[in-house]
Amino acid sequence: MLESVLITIATAATPLLIAAVGELVVERSGVLNLGVEGMMIMGAITGFAVAIVTGSAWIGVLGAILVGAAFALLFGFLTLSLVTNQVATGLALTLFGLGLSGMIGEGFVGRPGVKLGQVDIPFLSDLPHVGRLLFGQDPLFYVSLLLTAGVAYFLFSTRAGLTLRAVGDNHDSAHAQGINVVAVRYLAVMFGGACAGLAGAYLSLVYTPQWVENMTAGRGWIALALVVFASWRPWRVLAGAYLFGGVTIGQLHAQALGVAIPSQLLSALPYLATIAVLVIISRNRRLTMMNTPASLGRPFVPER
Amino acid sequence: MRIELVKRPQQSALFSILSPFLALALTLAAGAVMFFLLGKNPVTALYYFFVDPLLEVWSLHELAVKAAPLILIAVGLSVCFLSKNWNIGAEGQFIIGAVAGSILPVVFPGLQSWIVLPLMLLMGIAGGAAYAAIPAVLKARFNTNEILTSLMLVYVAQLFLDWLVRGPWRNPEGFNFPETRNFHAYAVLPEILPASGRAHWGFVFAMVAALVLWFVLSRTLKGFEVKVIGQSPRAGRFAGFSSGRMVIFAFLVSGALAGLAGISEVSGAIGQLRPSISPGYGFTAIIVAFLGRLNPLGIIAAGLVLALSYLGGEAAQISIGVSDKVARAFQGMLLFFVLACDTLIHYRIRLVRTARMDAKGAQAGHA
Amino acid sequence: MRKTFVLLTAATLGLAAAGTALAQDEPTKACFIYVGPIGDFGWTYQHHQGLLEVEEALGDAVETAYLESVPEGADAERAIERFARSGCDIIFTTSFGYMDATNKVAGRFPDVKFEHATGYKREHPNVSTYNSRFYEGRYIQGVIAAKMSEAGVAGYIASFPIPEVVMGINAFVLGAQSINPDFKVKVVWANTWFDPGKEADAAKALIDQGVDIITQHTDSTAPMQVAAERGVKAFGQASDMIEFGPETQLTAIVDDWGPYYVERVKAVREGTWEQVDIWAGLAEGHVVMAPYTNMPDDVKALAQKVEESIRSGEFHPFTGPINKQDGTPWLAEGEVADDATLLGMDFYVEGVDDQLPN
Repeated sequence: MLESVLITIATAATPLLIAAVGELVVERSGVLNLGVEGMMIMGAITGFAVAIVTGSAWIGVLGAILVGAAFALLFGFLTLSLVTNQVATGLALTLFGLGLSGMIGEGFVGRPGVKLGQVDIPFLSDLPHVGRLLFGQDPLFYVSLLLTAGVAYFLFSTRAGLTLRAVGDNHDSAHAQGINVVAVRYLAVMFGGACAGLAGAYLSLVYTPQWVENMTAGRGWIALALVVFASWRPWRVLAGAYLFGGVTIGQLHAQALGVAIPSQLLSALPYLATIAVLVIISRNRRLTMMNTPASLGRPFVPER
Repeated sequence: MRIELVKRPQQSALFSILSPFLALALTLAAGAVMFFLLGKNPVTALYYFFVDPLLEVWSLHELAVKAAPLILIAVGLSVCFLSKNWNIGAEGQFIIGAVAGSILPVVFPGLQSWIVLPLMLLMGIAGGAAYAAIPAVLKARFNTNEILTSLMLVYVAQLFLDWLVRGPWRNPEGFNFPETRNFHAYAVLPEILPASGRAHWGFVFAMVAALVLWFVLSRTLKGFEVKVIGQSPRAGRFAGFSSGRMVIFAFLVSGALAGLAGISEVSGAIGQLRPSISPGYGFTAIIVAFLGRLNPLGIIAAGLVLALSYLGGEAAQISIGVSDKVARAFQGMLLFFVLACDTLIHYRIRLVRTARMDAKGAQAGHA
Repeated sequence: MRKTFVLLTAATLGLAAAGTALAQDEPTKACFIYVGPIGDFGWTYQHHQGLLEVEEALGDAVETAYLESVPEGADAERAIERFARSGCDIIFTTSFGYMDATNKVAGRFPDVKFEHATGYKREHPNVSTYNSRFYEGRYIQGVIAAKMSEAGVAGYIASFPIPEVVMGINAFVLGAQSINPDFKVKVVWANTWFDPGKEADAAKALIDQGVDIITQHTDSTAPMQVAAERGVKAFGQASDMIEFGPETQLTAIVDDWGPYYVERVKAVREGTWEQVDIWAGLAEGHVVMAPYTNMPDDVKALAQKVEESIRSGEFHPFTGPINKQDGTPWLAEGEVADDATLLGMDFYVEGVDDQLPN
């Protein structure tokens, strides 16, 4: 039973992790994109629709990634090329995405979807207790772990990662060093969009293989919270996503075991926990300052 | 081809005026294309969106009902955003304001006097301000990111309201349905012109709040302080302003106005507490604040335009069968265009022909 | 279908079967306010199917319009008023939260007919209320669950502790315990009507705790999909969800609003509309059981027998002796619960293994 509970938690955590790691890269480059929810829901409908039309869940995943990136490109054009306010543009992106996905999805309601198959490594996945947990999950679970590791490596062990962080920390001095700030940010924003699209596809192809309007149900916002919760460190995002997944699933188990607490309080627990952890983390001012991209949300226009 | 922005030495007065119209023209054009692609007559569709709701008196009342909470919340948020305090939890402050303001008519329904309504409004204001104080204090004291805490508190407030109306505050005569008792006559915010429609005094509060804050922001030292701290906290410190106290001030103002919006909505338009009292006013108001360029007078216009697009969306849905998703996507487009056109106020746009990107930048970007 | 509606007309209005329509040139305008998107494949979707049935049944004689995702609160009153002003002859408001708004607008437009789903206030003569006896279906599901479950435990995904839902849980438990007195039900409150992800999580948590039957009082098809994946059985909700679990769904409670909507629109057209308070179930065809599938023939036969006895009025799921959860007597031997108590139900019956949140 413990194994299957852990698998359930992993399923709940994976979309949050994917979207949050993407947003982490965006924010590390100094851009705040509050449109994660909008890009995610576009990924969900695209993944679902493409998978149904082509019959291949993998092509659906690819489509979701591309559409997520395209949506991010729109955000990038507005905030980077036209320096519009990032907070307002991100909110508009969410509004637009929720509306557009509903329009596209009208013909796909009530149709069972194509489910992305499970990885099943022979012998290993039959191991007692940990076999399915480690070797028998859906492929995107492994992708999410690789993504986290890849982003952690990229940000802190490569030159390009250093450049990206330099842009996020002080775009003026990065510009003075000859870095094309806007180009770096475009790429980061599109990577974030691709991840959000992938996370959306996870919802409509793995988590609950179906299309319903607003099916992201606020997960994009949770992903945003996780990034700050993790003080912009990839592995902490992973920890946060699993913690959040654990609390969400845990409160359902507590109920099924007959623990008598108002269910609203149980539902509020993950949010209260996030606030508590945010406070604990941010009390250590030096630590937070070290990780926070100093240019986060500030517009950049190259001086001539 | 590449877009290049050149900062104007000062704001362009021409584009300050022109930009909203340009945005509107672009939205109309893009909207027309969208409606055409959907097989609807673009002219009819746009007529229902922007003109039809303005033709009848009752509909104008509805416009005021819809715009009042948006404007009230957004002018409060303008103080926050101008001082770079990212309060995105106004939705939660709206709810807690409504809850705090409803204590008298729900818990003490026997108290029937003219004093009830003013007390309710004050308690709503206090409730919203107190709830906004949580992220403010956490930010000022522990440097906790206010975007996240204020957002998380929205969900907590929604669940708290849900628990109240399903549990302790449930109407004893309501067959256990999730709603409080109806407010008695002394607890209802009166309508302005009851003969012609249901616009209530919340709209007046919104106008007064906008005018007062416009005056404060543009004509007083406090307003100067807000802007200086927002533009440069260091310069603010040199001028002797405390950014810690500004955090508290900004959040209290916006929380108080969101709370007032909450109790006005409940007392003026709904008449009781129920599990959902806001269709996302707190979030939409963020957009309104930016549409109005964080200027309280601009926010009045922006609030009315956004409210109009909601009413228009319904009119189009009924009359020509444009679904509400189209309406939402259309609103998103409108916002994109408005935001993009405002760029012209501060920048001149130049198109530059280039073949290659900065080599180093391209290399750096393998994110 | 047609036969049902004729019967219903006769039953509710005390009139002879409608047939002598007055010739009208103007089509009757029927308008609908929905709380969710028509694409939810649950509550709102089923109401919209009802609208489509009205169009099909009345053809050119009717014109329809709808507003979807109308928030409960200040927006509802405006949406209803807009309909009333735009020439609607009859307006269906399909969520409990529209109750006060419906009555307020009805007072201002005495010539328009209003039909409010699941509410209880009829403050003006032009307001009717209607609802369905879903608990009848839940009792049958309980019977099937007790027959089919090897673990002797079913998982119940519930939305909010309102009377409607509590009534459903009680009916399910009574049905199950009529077969197996030791049958247990684990209840999880999802605190949402509609969130596929959360409902899927709840289903997984329940299955992990050993239940082998899932039933739900939330609207998405996600629990059905999870049950299919984990190889347990499940019941569909609101619509027939067999496509989401061809080897999983035992049956589903289908909300069929169509017959009622057709009948009421026709009544307006013929000038025979009168205020009613309808609470109809299997007998009237408002609650329909999806085909009994994935079960042995004897269980199927039993389910059909129970369904028939409820339909014919021979048996009422809430027939005594029934005690409340704490053991105090509620219904004496042979006593049948009255509708008012059921509609305000805020207590569990004996045998429910859960504490009711307040």
